[in-house]
Amino acid sequence: MPRVEFLTGNQAMAEAAIASGLRVFVGYPITPASDLFEYLSDKLPRYGGIVFQAEDEIAAINAIIGATYSGAKAMTATSGPGFSLMAESIGFAAMVEAPIVVINNMRAGPSTGIATGTGQGDIMQTRWSSHGHYGIVAFAPWSVQESYDMVIKAFDTAWRLRVPVIVLGDAVIAHTREPVEIHEPGEASVYERKKPRDPPGRFKPFKPDREDLVPPMAFYGEGYAVLAESLSHDERGYYSTRQEVYESLVKRLVEKIERSRDRIASSDAYYTTSSRVLVVAFGSLARSALALVRMLRKSGVKIGMWRPKSIWPLDEDGLVRAAEDAEKIIVMEMNLGQLYLEVSRILGPRGKTIELVPVISPQLPSHEELLSFMYKAGVKIG
Amino acid sequence: MSQQKLIARGHPLDKLLRTERLPHIWCPGCGLGTLLGSFLRAVDYLVSKGVIDEKQLVVVTGIGCTGRLSAYVKLDGAHTPHGRAIPYAIGVKLGNPRLVPVVISGDGDIASIGGNHLIHAARRNMDLLVIMANNLNYALTGGQMGPTTPPGAYTTTTPRGNPERPFDVARMVASIGGNYVARWSIHYPVQLEESIKKALPRRGFRFIEVVSTCPEIFGRHVGYRTPPELYDRLKKVVRIKKPRALDDIVYDWEKEITLGVFRDEDEPGYMESICRLYSYEWCREIPEVKWARRLAK
Repeated sequence: MPRVEFLTGNQAMAEAAIASGLRVFVGYPITPASDLFEYLSDKLPRYGGIVFQAEDEIAAINAIIGATYSGAKAMTATSGPGFSLMAESIGFAAMVEAPIVVINNMRAGPSTGIATGTGQGDIMQTRWSSHGHYGIVAFAPWSVQESYDMVIKAFDTAWRLRVPVIVLGDAVIAHTREPVEIHEPGEASVYERKKPRDPPGRFKPFKPDREDLVPPMAFYGEGYAVLAESLSHDERGYYSTRQEVYESLVKRLVEKIERSRDRIASSDAYYTTSSRVLVVAFGSLARSALALVRMLRKSGVKIGMWRPKSIWPLDEDGLVRAAEDAEKIIVMEMNLGQLYLEVSRILGPRGKTIELVPVISPQLPSHEELLSFMYKAGVKIG
Repeated sequence: MSQQKLIARGHPLDKLLRTERLPHIWCPGCGLGTLLGSFLRAVDYLVSKGVIDEKQLVVVTGIGCTGRLSAYVKLDGAHTPHGRAIPYAIGVKLGNPRLVPVVISGDGDIASIGGNHLIHAARRNMDLLVIMANNLNYALTGGQMGPTTPPGAYTTTTPRGNPERPFDVARMVASIGGNYVARWSIHYPVQLEESIKKALPRRGFRFIEVVSTCPEIFGRHVGYRTPPELYDRLKKVVRIKKPRALDDIVYDWEKEITLGVFRDEDEPGYMESICRLYSYEWCREIPEVKWARRLAK
């Protein structure tokens, strides 16, 4: 039975991971993700899981990749600087199709930036952090409840598709305390792996099922002699430089996510019917943006809002639908225009005017402050 | 005896190899085949004696010539990004403590880009065996200077000689701790095999350095181009000793590269240490505890 608790975003994410069956958490201290690590350090061992403090974030991500191949649900949590260090092995996880979950609570960057400040500058980094082309899934919560729900969805998606899934929190949501409905440990519905159907010797660890393009997963210790190969590999996991092997592998790593887009992509629309102006915002900033939209609506402005819940992939159909009646799109985000690029790509060809309100501030602005950021950007309503 | 029986049908260790992947990429005169042979004979012995189940073994490698080894061995394994074999192997152990990860990788992978992981694994006395092949340079990338390259040595990135001092990796690990630290060279495959037989079924952190020959990439720049030349040159300086103190361990290409067992302890490893704090269901099933009891007898 679900129960209601009063938790921070970080605590809710930790609870969600425990409910999803987390067995291995590997962390490295960083603001604003340390308190998630601390919370799990106390709680996870009581449910049979191991919490391990790595020497750096590079070790953390590689350890959780190894843990998934041993059959454990595994996760790490970090913020910008740590996420940057993890970049190479995000690609490794994508390449060997390791179902890891990485929480990245965005803070004010670049570089060390403002460790205690919030930010939304990691959107493109989340998509393209590692070299080469591969697929990735990312969700971005705007509340403590969503922090909880999205971590469960992250585990479900990671194990269903064998992909690294990133939960893009931010410093504000991580430390905001709200009521949240949570499940008992292990009670959340999370996809279990597809088991190998062929016996050892015949089983090919990277041979995908035709339907979803996801290969069944053999765990270490089951006698399959499975090799997690970071090199370009064929269906047996053997290194290959052959054009057709490389092409089908790289395309499949992207295509398997596209095929499941309907299951992953999600968004919410607010007051979009017959609104002439559409605000696009996500994460904690969307809370201030929605308050601003409500304030403007009270003074008679026909304005609505669209909020992506999945960032990669974006709910493109949802955005197009929400923008149907709008002439002007205003993207508000805590960077100098990243989500803006995606919105422009999707809505630009549809003849909409797309404007950007960049918010460079270590604190989450109130809706009034957001209005002044709008003026500063020269963005007018109507 | 009929003539049929005299025809070789395969190698006794073929059962542990992905034979369809052979021949391997290693050059003539490379010491890695010797290392692989010693490792597989040790594994075969331990499996035949019932000490270890081959299904428990996970061979984790990094990037480089040695990194390719996991692709030839017919065991569970991983070929990880450069330098990350140790943290990956730790994750394997945390994910299923009944498994026995073994890291086999090169000196660049383990002691340079992965150096931080090495010293912390030793500090934790992590239940893990690391075998480091030391060929004195970065070979797969074309012979650049590495953390183990002798001072003065010509490499492709030190065209006027290496201005740096090398790590004595085995001595460094011995100074941190870990339950078992040894160094051998490919001149002593039997000693290496015996060392692996001893170090594999053990608790805590175990480290074996294997000084290896790389005539094609390293040897050619330092004047020992053919396999016998480099083999003989290296053999002149390797010396088996029983050091009484860390200072007795030497890594000097001109004078002496000390071989032998530098540390042989039996302290509880990381997994046992967390089992003292939490009663995990697997605590009674970790192989390291069983091995420690066997060793105590």
